[in-house]
Amino acid sequence: MAGVMGNPLKYSFRGIFIAAIASLVMAWILVPIIVSILYAFAAPSDYYDVKKIIPLKYTLEHVNDLLVLGARDAMLNSVIVALLTIAISFAIGLPAGYAFAKYVFPGKDSLKLLMIGLRMFPIIVIAVPLVTLYIRMGLYDTPLGVALAHTAMALPFVVIITSSIFAGVPDELEEAAMIFGLSRMGAFLRVTLPLALPGLAAAAIFTFIMSWNDVFIASLLTTLNRTLPAFILVSAMAAPDFIKFAAAFLMVIPAMIFVFVARRYLIAMWGITLR
Amino acid sequence: MGSQKGFLSAIHSSYYNFIDKLGKYVPYILLAPTLVYMILFIGYPLVQGVKLAFFDEQGRFTTANLDYLLNSELSYFWDALKYTLILTGIIVPTQLLIALLLAFFFTSFRFKGRGVAIYVAVLPLTISDVAAGLIWYTMLTGNGFLNKLLINLGIISEPIQFFGWEYRNMEILAIVLAELWRSTAIVFVILFAGLQMVSQEYIEAAEVFGASTLQRLRHIVFPLILPSIQAALLIRTLFALQIFGVVWVLAGRDVPVLAGEAYYEQVSLHHSGVAALYALIIASISAILGAIYIKFFKAKYLEQ
Repeated sequence: MAGVMGNPLKYSFRGIFIAAIASLVMAWILVPIIVSILYAFAAPSDYYDVKKIIPLKYTLEHVNDLLVLGARDAMLNSVIVALLTIAISFAIGLPAGYAFAKYVFPGKDSLKLLMIGLRMFPIIVIAVPLVTLYIRMGLYDTPLGVALAHTAMALPFVVIITSSIFAGVPDELEEAAMIFGLSRMGAFLRVTLPLALPGLAAAAIFTFIMSWNDVFIASLLTTLNRTLPAFILVSAMAAPDFIKFAAAFLMVIPAMIFVFVARRYLIAMWGITLR
Repeated sequence: MGSQKGFLSAIHSSYYNFIDKLGKYVPYILLAPTLVYMILFIGYPLVQGVKLAFFDEQGRFTTANLDYLLNSELSYFWDALKYTLILTGIIVPTQLLIALLLAFFFTSFRFKGRGVAIYVAVLPLTISDVAAGLIWYTMLTGNGFLNKLLINLGIISEPIQFFGWEYRNMEILAIVLAELWRSTAIVFVILFAGLQMVSQEYIEAAEVFGASTLQRLRHIVFPLILPSIQAALLIRTLFALQIFGVVWVLAGRDVPVLAGEAYYEQVSLHHSGVAALYALIIASISAILGAIYIKFFKAKYLEQ
């Protein structure tokens, strides 16, 4: 702190250093995103013109083409799968998260360690055997089937995140509610749950993105009712450049919107799950 | 006043006695659905996977899939193993170094716009590997941003080719760039969170005793964030072993990887047994790494 005022030369060098690194980081991340969005809407004449680094004429044609070719249905499937994944993984994982946060019981540490270990389980491993099982059960090529597999992927994360969210709600509040006549369930529903709601919403977004971004499981478990990444993986490889740019745009936008909505929780959330 | 308090705590404790008797089993009941689900969707498929890989339709033990995987000319196993390890070996250490420098940068300096810069740095967390691959295809393709920029700056006269079988090394470079761009954010978040938990008091104490900046880094900060570094390394290594989407989008089978071969054998060749074998190989490598990790760092996790 003292050095900042004392030495003007050192101060200005420091300022330039900070500005240079910060701009480099921002450019490294943002330029590819901005470029791919601009190119997704670039008119072909501008794209093939070497002089036009940044296209000046734009068209909705490529994104429209991709949507008509099947991306519209695939996006709808992706949303259905992601919402089902949230619903199932929260219905199953929320009670477990609550148990870890509010109870002391024999075996707790081992079970918690199991959850942490499962979080790192390479979930793509289950996809191949599930194909055979799903064909037998009629779940193959259905959004529900993909969502059930995504739940296996998301569940350890949901348990760990919700447990840390519930642990953040003071026990005293729940105890006070119980003294005033609420049952444990009532205290949970009327006191703990409302206080935990913003965190849980962020956890739901985290789950949504996990499901939205999965390509391996969805590609193996579907053929006609593909999710967006699975559809793009199969169709984009052979498609012209514009379709690839449009595909990148469609995949990135929902995730970016969610990040913006949940930005306050972003770092904390990923910090909890990945430590 | 005193008697009222006693009355309340009497109700309190009798209520808790009741809950205690019934409550012994409550946490297990709450945990049961999760455990049952994980057994059904991870345990059972694992058993099925072993069956698919090592037993034929009549339930007899067979090494046909293993023979195919190791010896068939159609199988890319050894190349896939090689490229998976090469990509992991390049990407993970590089991004650890970048993330470490970034985490130090953002904890050491407070400046205007720091929040925005951190927000931007973690943006790729939400971007999938397929999308990152396509974004970098846009950057690097013949008519892409980078080639046009370099041509207009007069640095090159012909576009640099990144894609196609004959440019396999350039494809690897493109994959590395895309993965560094996308997944360094995860490492950064873990290290940044770890650094923020290092108490300022330790550092100040060391300063009082005359430790230089380098000494403080080596003897105070580094040991304290070592668990974060280890966690980040393990998580990224395990995910790097599963690398698939970004490779498939940028290089297809020009650069074979383990998960890509599992996908190809299953979807294109309908060799479920071979695909299951690939999956088991990925799982085994992960399990060994995970076991080593848990053995050495178990205590640290449970403190939280």
